[in-house]
Amino acid sequence: MSDEKKPGLQSPLRRKLLMGMAALPAMSMLPRTSFAQAPATSAINTTGLAVTDTEVTVGILHSVTGTMAISETGSVQAEKLAIDQINAMGGVLGRKIKFIQEDGASDWPTFAEKAKKLLVNDKVAAIMGCWTSASRKAVLPVMEQYNGMLYYPTFYEGLEQSKNVIYTGQEATQQILAGLDWVSKTKNGKSFYLIGSDYIWPRTSMKIARKHIEGKLGGKVSGEEYFPLGHTQFNSVINKIKLTKPDVIYAAVVGGSNVAFYKQLKAAGIDLSKQTMLTISVTEDEIDGIGGENIAGAYACMKYFQSLDNPNNKEFVAAFKKMWGEKTVIGDVTQAAYLGPWLWKMTVEKAGSFDVDKIAAASAGIEFTKAPEGYVKIHPNHHLWSKARVGQAQLDGQFKVVYETPELIEPDPFPKGYQ
Amino acid sequence: MINSRFFNRSELIGFLSLLLLLAVILPLFLDVFRLNLVAKYLTYAFVAIGLVMCWGYGGILSLGQGVFFGLGGYCMAMFLKLEASSVENTKIQSTPGIPDFMDWNQITSLPMFWKPFHSLPLTIIAILVVPTLLAFIIGAAMFKRRVGGVYFAIITQAIAAIATILIIGQQGYTGGINGMTDLRTLNGWDIRTDHAKVILYFFEVFVLFACIIAAQFIRLTKLGRILVAMREQEDRVRFSGYSVANFKIFAFCAAAMFAAIGGAMFTLQIGFMSPSFVGIVPSIEMVIYTAVGGRMSIFGAVYGTLLVNYAKTMLSESFPELWLFGLGGLFIAVVLFFPNGLSGIWRDHVARHVDRLFAMRSSASRKAWASKSVADGAPAE
Repeated sequence: MSDEKKPGLQSPLRRKLLMGMAALPAMSMLPRTSFAQAPATSAINTTGLAVTDTEVTVGILHSVTGTMAISETGSVQAEKLAIDQINAMGGVLGRKIKFIQEDGASDWPTFAEKAKKLLVNDKVAAIMGCWTSASRKAVLPVMEQYNGMLYYPTFYEGLEQSKNVIYTGQEATQQILAGLDWVSKTKNGKSFYLIGSDYIWPRTSMKIARKHIEGKLGGKVSGEEYFPLGHTQFNSVINKIKLTKPDVIYAAVVGGSNVAFYKQLKAAGIDLSKQTMLTISVTEDEIDGIGGENIAGAYACMKYFQSLDNPNNKEFVAAFKKMWGEKTVIGDVTQAAYLGPWLWKMTVEKAGSFDVDKIAAASAGIEFTKAPEGYVKIHPNHHLWSKARVGQAQLDGQFKVVYETPELIEPDPFPKGYQ
Repeated sequence: MINSRFFNRSELIGFLSLLLLLAVILPLFLDVFRLNLVAKYLTYAFVAIGLVMCWGYGGILSLGQGVFFGLGGYCMAMFLKLEASSVENTKIQSTPGIPDFMDWNQITSLPMFWKPFHSLPLTIIAILVVPTLLAFIIGAAMFKRRVGGVYFAIITQAIAAIATILIIGQQGYTGGINGMTDLRTLNGWDIRTDHAKVILYFFEVFVLFACIIAAQFIRLTKLGRILVAMREQEDRVRFSGYSVANFKIFAFCAAAMFAAIGGAMFTLQIGFMSPSFVGIVPSIEMVIYTAVGGRMSIFGAVYGTLLVNYAKTMLSESFPELWLFGLGGLFIAVVLFFPNGLSGIWRDHVARHVDRLFAMRSSASRKAWASKSVADGAPAE
């Protein structure tokens, strides 16, 4: 794969220079095609996808209305940015990417319906989309039945693997284990209080966390509680925390509940600079709502923070703000969503075809060196190798990275001993 | 005299044109994907027909039809989910052979109330009986105490909210907010193929017309007349010696059963059931379908459901970020300018011309039915 050299973020000027010869790298690996023209459509699209001589259509499927819109908007923006950049470099196999955006409306069956529409009616070559586990679970049977390709950005509970999905976020063990190891070592955490929203992702994550705490770290779980989505009364659990005095509060509270949770913790006099709090569900996007002053001092464990100090990320953040405004913040999932179109582009070029079967087969081993989070690589199980990082929330709503795993962590969606 | 004809001419036109549309025109001109969407819309038409009976004729506004729709749908989904969770299919779980959501909720054996859903006949009975029974309990508790009108609407809405919270909260037994997904086969028959979708569509249209005829039959009996009388002057009916409560309970139960059939059809068509069809918002949407179609007209309700859902799909495909505004505008326009919905438009602007057309041929029969449909208080479209 000679051509994977830096199809990344370029300065506008360099990008313009590149435009003319953009098709070049893609060409080099296709035998018997001249430099001047893209490969024939009939050769690279044998299953009737929406590919013409100049264009290829993909779908973007997120909620832009309803309760999830606030979380999913960042993903839509990141995907559009990536498509824009890929097009500026000449597109994929000489074809510009056109996207059709559909609204999942925060409603899982609507996701399934729209996914089907994109695959059956629009014949899109790939779908960038879904956010909640529920929406992915609704869409998965559709992807498998109509043989589509989904790039799913959210960190999630694992226990799933599909030929038709590339999971660009972390599965649960990647996100959880390293963070627990870190907090147990550096903060001498022995007792943990687990708090989560009540649905599949927090439940599965806490199950893994508990096994790790009790089995590997020799610690104990002093409490485990779940609250319905949208719950806003955390006083009872806060009182229990005060009584049991755990070394670490381990939280997977999602969405709007976070605002109430952290404000009430602060109001109850729990100072997060003294009480260790490790969350796996608060990104920069959530802090926007919670307010930096209410959460400063807490730690979050995920794979990406906007403040990551590397050249890829600096270019990414600058490009994102240029396209979507200075005030936007970039959370973990937004970055993972940005990877989707790029990974797809590279896979298509490796496979030399838009056919879903060929892409599914060619995905393993795809490397993206210009990823904002650093180097990533697709594992044969269709998840990404990635690092885990711990960041400490600051007053300005950003995270300061305090720890990063030295090596990439292997994705393991069906972890033995944690089920 | 009144029962002399099952359909008057206007209704017959409505019936035949709907039959033509659903059974011939749409299947001929739509691809399988769009036809499947129409099938989804039609599942709501069952609810809308039920609402015409209980709200349009009986004057009982229920804002909780989603509960019955959901119950029917969940009964069907439980059967399909058990079939999809065979031991081979669920090998990777800690407890193979139970639905996946039970497994991640640390439930290790199938709960008692799930067991009957191994059997298809028992499932079909449950789809028809469970929601109707619930409606009976609610209806008996409310109407016997003479709770009606706005209070009844508020209580049904509260029940819709409770049902959603219950389903989401008991996720080990219900699948929680994810709902029941990945339903595959019905007694070994793969319901996901295009071929199956078409067959299910025609089956659904057949059941829909059976329900329309049943609703029309109820309307034409003495029972139907009493319902209308009750809506207009409840006290007079009571003083005439009728037990108003019993008639109301009946209308509410019938509406619940229609909604449940729709819900079961929905699960079959979409292969999916989730709490998002049970709550307050979908329940109100179902009332809107009926209002747009015209709450007095059985056929209007079907057309209204089709129109609103079609608009929903089209608007959201064309304007993914703005479509809700368009849909809201449509509702406001209908309520402001056409308070009697589609059937009102038909009656006021189209029916006249149709009548004139027929009148040219037979002026004699015209007077008879025209005066009847006024007396009805429920002119069909």
